[in-house]
Amino acid sequence: MNNNLIKPDRIKPDRIKPGQPDSKGHFGPYGGRYAAETLMPALLELEAAYNKIVPDPVFQKELNDLLCHYVGRPTPLFYAKRLSEHLGGAAVYLKREDLAHTGAHKINNTIGQALLARWMKKKKVIAETGAGQHGVATATAAALFGMECRIFMGTEDIQRQSANVQRMKLLGAKVIPVTSGTCTLKDAMNEAMRFWVGAVRDTFYVIGSVAGPHPYPAMVRDFQKIIGIETRKQIIEQTGRLPDMLIACVGGGSNALGIFYDFMDDPIKMVGVEAAGTGIKSGKHAATLGEGSVGVLHGSKSYVLQDKDGQINEAHSISAGLDYPGVGPEHSLLKDSGRANYVSIDDKQALEAFYALCTLEGIIPALESSHAVAYAMQEAPHCSKNYIIVVNLSGRGDKDLGIVSSNLEQGV
Amino acid sequence: MNRIDKTFKDLKQKKEKALVGFVTAGDPNIADSLDLIIKMCKAGLDVLELGVPFSDPTADGPVIQRSSTRALCNGVNLSTVFEMTKSIREKTSIPIILFSYYNPVHAYGAEEFYHKSIAAGADGILIVDLPPEESDELTSCWPLDDLALIRLLAPTTPLDRMAKISESASGFLYLVSKTGVTGSDGLDTKEIGIKTKELRSVTGLPICVGFGVSTVEDVSAVASVADGVVIGSAFERIIEENLDNPDLAVILAKKTGEFKKATKIN
Repeated sequence: MNNNLIKPDRIKPDRIKPGQPDSKGHFGPYGGRYAAETLMPALLELEAAYNKIVPDPVFQKELNDLLCHYVGRPTPLFYAKRLSEHLGGAAVYLKREDLAHTGAHKINNTIGQALLARWMKKKKVIAETGAGQHGVATATAAALFGMECRIFMGTEDIQRQSANVQRMKLLGAKVIPVTSGTCTLKDAMNEAMRFWVGAVRDTFYVIGSVAGPHPYPAMVRDFQKIIGIETRKQIIEQTGRLPDMLIACVGGGSNALGIFYDFMDDPIKMVGVEAAGTGIKSGKHAATLGEGSVGVLHGSKSYVLQDKDGQINEAHSISAGLDYPGVGPEHSLLKDSGRANYVSIDDKQALEAFYALCTLEGIIPALESSHAVAYAMQEAPHCSKNYIIVVNLSGRGDKDLGIVSSNLEQGV
Repeated sequence: MNRIDKTFKDLKQKKEKALVGFVTAGDPNIADSLDLIIKMCKAGLDVLELGVPFSDPTADGPVIQRSSTRALCNGVNLSTVFEMTKSIREKTSIPIILFSYYNPVHAYGAEEFYHKSIAAGADGILIVDLPPEESDELTSCWPLDDLALIRLLAPTTPLDRMAKISESASGFLYLVSKTGVTGSDGLDTKEIGIKTKELRSVTGLPICVGFGVSTVEDVSAVASVADGVVIGSAFERIIEENLDNPDLAVILAKKTGEFKKATKIN
């Protein structure tokens, strides 16, 4: 790579590459496999299958063909000229994951996992979903491969993302409403794990983020790293050099790791944007890395929003996909090592970025991705014109029209 | 001899199997919880599993989830559980096993957790989501091995893994009767017999079977193959159905007596 062309960055990141986890799935002190014994043999089986099947050239060819002809990869890298001029600083590029089939990056992972499930001869898949994008992407892959599919979704999310519920049903999936706890993503994941404990012998659990017990965090990242691999090639083609900053939203963190991973060894600033909800001080937020502490949730050790007794706190965000009190373990390591920075954007700022992208570029972004756009809008004006920012536009916003219009009515 | 080993040895001599009872600490409230637990111990419980409530109990069915939520609403945390353990210990000499998810223990601190457990009179701990692969971080902070870490085995655990898990186990082994969460329906006693026999071929430790054991008939069937029978959701269901009933403790004690009778072979 022609690193000579990179102009000195304002902030010099440490050159730490997290790399592969150890044999038990630890990223430094994080990750691991904190699961009930009933699931342990299934996790060990999955790990063995993942190590053996995924590197197989036949598997890789099947996956790449599907990513190309079914998902529509590579997704474009788009120079957001009017947005950049409006901000009057850095050049902002958008990695258009919103243009992938089903409208978000989630499909990269579900096609990968469903294909792996097929190689493992599992005919049933289950998944949790928050915003519904992972649910839709799993239902899509299940339909494509003729698998039985159940999606667990909190009733709070079913209400605010009803369009995606309809899509999942059309795709033949059974949507299971989850009424326990806070009725959001965390509880959907609890319920999916409970179901999996009972059905583990013939069911493959498609986890949607770089979270959960080993091997999920590494596996999901590997299915998502295509985003960064493409971005590297495209930005060099378009500008002749690497970008200065990557920005992505972080709930569990799969789209962020997806775009970061191929750039780990490069002197590029990486920023993960968490949801500040109604403001960090209000206590109603989902800033797990910013405000949380180390704990164990959903099978791995990572930063968690919790009280002093180790009870998990509720997360809050206008975007269902970021409304999660945990985060992928590799992000915790990236935070501690300083290789990536984590900031937060509140509901109001995300909505402003949402509108800006609609009117300036003709792109309706997902509320999740709007958090990343909002941070780019904060940073870009302070940068020179040769400074290149790439924002991972992880999904499209059609699913959010209801929630955006209701906020419009309330004058937010 | 420690309380766990002594209990199983004494039962063997009496030709009885252990009745292991799970109750969430602090449900329906702390005072009633203490009262009902002590009455259950007196009515024939051989081992007490005292549940530490957790916000996200992924291995439990709805009955224990709701019980956990009620206890959390009552402000129950590990300090409360240690105080309760101390009070129970003053009234009974049966083994007390703390039953928890890992996060509350992690937040409390491994070493502090050990000292408080021993001081309160607990005999062991069972952590649902802490498999042997991850448990060193907890036990390596314990100065002595006088607090048993009870190991779980599942119907999906293959024989070589059973052997490996049993090797580092102490106290007794907890064999999960079926895939699924606590309190789910249906008990395949034939399958339990096969699994228990398999497990016995690799361990000399007592084997207790739990998950989905809810009737006196279930208890008899399990007692005929295992060394102990664990009842959780069936007790918790009675608590839930009698939250405001002043006779709750008496009802539970009566039920405990019925179950205990079914653990006596011949």
